[in-house]
Amino acid sequence: MTAALRFDPIRLPETCEQLRKEVRAFLAEEIAAGTFDPHKPNREDTDAPEFSRRVGAKGWLGMTWPKKYGGQERSFLERYVVTEEMRVANAPTRRFFVADRQSGPVLLKYAPEHIKMEILPRICRGEICFAIGMSEPNSGSDLFAAKTRAAKTDGGYLINGTKIWTSSAHIADYMIAIFRTSQPTKENRRHGLTQFLVKMRQPGIKVNPIGQITGQYEFNEVVFTDFFVPDDHVLGEVDGAWKQATSELAYERSGPERFLETYYVLTELVRAVGPNPDTRSAEGIGRLVAQLHTMRRMSVSVAGMLHAGKEPVVEASIVKDIGTVWEQQLPHRVRDLAAFVEETATNRETLERQLDFAIKTAPKLTIQGGTTEVLRGIIARGLGLR
Amino acid sequence: MAESDNIVVETAEKIFADLADPQTINNDKRDSWRAPLWQALSEAGLPLSWVPDDLGGSGASLADGFALLNAAGRFAVAVPLAETMLAGWLLAQAKVASPEGEMTVLPASPKDRITLDANGALSGRCRGVPFAKAAKHFAVLAHGEDGAMIALVDASKGRIESGLNVGYDHSDTVTLDKVQPVTIKPAPKAFDQTTLMLMGGVARSLQIAGALESMLDISVRYSNERVAFEKKISKFQAVQHNLARLAGESAAALAAATSAADAIANAKSFDDEVYLEAASAKIRCAEAAEKGGGIAHQVHGAIGFTMEHILHRYSLRALAWRDDFGSESHWAVELGRLVANRGADELWPLVASR
Ligand SMILES: Cc1cc2nc3c(=O)[nH]c(=O)nc-3n(C[C@H](O)[C@H](O)[C@H](O)COP(=O)(O)OP(=O)(O)OC[C@H]3O[C@@H](n4cnc5c(N)ncnc54)[C@H](O)[C@@H]3O)c2cc1C
Repeated sequence: MTAALRFDPIRLPETCEQLRKEVRAFLAEEIAAGTFDPHKPNREDTDAPEFSRRVGAKGWLGMTWPKKYGGQERSFLERYVVTEEMRVANAPTRRFFVADRQSGPVLLKYAPEHIKMEILPRICRGEICFAIGMSEPNSGSDLFAAKTRAAKTDGGYLINGTKIWTSSAHIADYMIAIFRTSQPTKENRRHGLTQFLVKMRQPGIKVNPIGQITGQYEFNEVVFTDFFVPDDHVLGEVDGAWKQATSELAYERSGPERFLETYYVLTELVRAVGPNPDTRSAEGIGRLVAQLHTMRRMSVSVAGMLHAGKEPVVEASIVKDIGTVWEQQLPHRVRDLAAFVEETATNRETLERQLDFAIKTAPKLTIQGGTTEVLRGIIARGLGLR
Repeated sequence: MAESDNIVVETAEKIFADLADPQTINNDKRDSWRAPLWQALSEAGLPLSWVPDDLGGSGASLADGFALLNAAGRFAVAVPLAETMLAGWLLAQAKVASPEGEMTVLPASPKDRITLDANGALSGRCRGVPFAKAAKHFAVLAHGEDGAMIALVDASKGRIESGLNVGYDHSDTVTLDKVQPVTIKPAPKAFDQTTLMLMGGVARSLQIAGALESMLDISVRYSNERVAFEKKISKFQAVQHNLARLAGESAAALAAATSAADAIANAKSFDDEVYLEAASAKIRCAEAAEKGGGIAHQVHGAIGFTMEHILHRYSLRALAWRDDFGSESHWAVELGRLVANRGADELWPLVASR
């Protein structure tokens, strides 16, 4: 039984290390040119469309996709390296990240050919932004309680209802959403949901920004009123979205973005304590680095499983559970240790500013992308407990 | 390190299953299982896995030996297998042949030190030496005028004050007072006490990870058997979530330990990258032993707190193994210093190098 929970020590191949150097050089140029400040996580990412295009021009979006759709046919492990370097550098990835990680692969699998040809190359060029429309006011963890209706009409569907917590909906060109196309059955309460491609900024869609406790506006309420979606925008099987949604989860849950969101405070702490830390700081840093290293090794291992064509749903859930709990605690542990940093540390202000933001960010980390409780339910199922 | 594709591990697992079944051992108050188990392991050449043929061993690869230690952890094996393997490995570094029989290594803590004097005699006091009382020989890392030396010492020449660790295994204090070694040779260049501690730490990490795998197994099994409030306790969400966390700790320990083992097996030297791997493994596995073991006991309720139940064979040993070859506190301080010394902007490149 535990044999299923082995995380083999996958090493990134040499091609990845070459690529890593290229990404670092690119990011260093962008920083030098003033595109973003790696020490300032609390900015609005919405104003970095040009950066997205430059990343696209490098061939780093849709990297694993077929060339005929603008992809590079590179490996999943190479994409992994690009993701982690962007994340560690605090690069403004919000505009393209969802499309690259999730929406593109969904389209690749389920969209009709002409839509793939139209949209995927534009994702690869960094021109368009995607949002994910799953949650609703009364349906978060319990996805199958979603009510927003897609009613069949001539040549398509009419949508009525509300999505909520939709990240980037205010800047998105498209949303991939699930809507209710029929009622759940007695035998299967997951039945009746369908995945759709929705073109945003059309009549019938209203996006209402929702402020976050960090002071930022990143998620939204999205209200649909008699909004029309054509037939060819149905993705996959009508009434069968639940099968599709669950198989994507391993991609969403095991990447480096699941433990690196507050990472910057650790670098800044190391800078603040200087080359000869006292015992307490050294011990604190050592533990955090050991935990980080372990998670990264697990995450790379899952990337290796995905690369090999496996569906490591339980392993990915373990990485997200441990990873998000860690990145949530990280700012607090750094704060503990920073209490003893010299008043004269040159980066003291930067560290305090980062901590302020990371501490405000922390509560969401174990909620977005599936809560800790839901993940532990999945792991428990994997252990044969339910 | 899958169980099935490794002949060394297969052999070991068969021996463990036949002669070291935890339930049988737990019921045997006279320790009559020890001798046959050791004999079978020795006949299969397992204690000297890491010793080349020409030095008296069976010449298995580092990787196979590490996998064997992980399997030994899954059975919470309480004979000096890991210790003899480490001793043989240490001796082989200086091309010193290994004798037959149980061995252990000195020192087993980064704080203790053995010195070599001008007359070629060894002196020093080492605490927490695992299975010193059972050992016929010690493999010793000593410091002389000309640097690190590796020596084979007849165990009867040392003074041993016996002690027990929290897992009820021998963990003794050994004093060498001007003891003449059987053999002594210079250690290879760049081999120092830190190298020995990292290697010992990774051995212990694999054992801890193995013990956690078994704790997860028996806890899941127990939760599917024990009924309370008219349901199996595995059906309670709180219990499920505890077990999911135990699975996470077990997986993290195994990932850290196997990654470090893989790093050492493929490394040319114990550089910063191997240091990161090995120190991290010991830190993370020790943390997992505390958290994971705690959950395993919680799930078992009072029965798991009895001597009759086998849980303690894993949980207490995993806790005890934290102390050998540098505790997690020791390695955290050292790793933290290394990271601070390299500088903030070198932290990510170090992590990403693995
Ligand atoms: C920053 C951020 C960005 C987001 N972006 C998006 C997005 O782009 N698109 C999108 O669709 N959604 C998005 N979400 C929503 C997110 O996916 C949901 O918040 C999440 O799935 C939880 O749903 P909920 O908020 O309705 O909480 P609820 O489901 O109401 O949960 C409340 C609490 O009850 C617990 N709970 C619920 N059910 C169970 C159960 N069966 N067993 C045990 N505990 C349970 C939960 O774990 C949680 O602790 C985002 C959320 C955040 C915080």
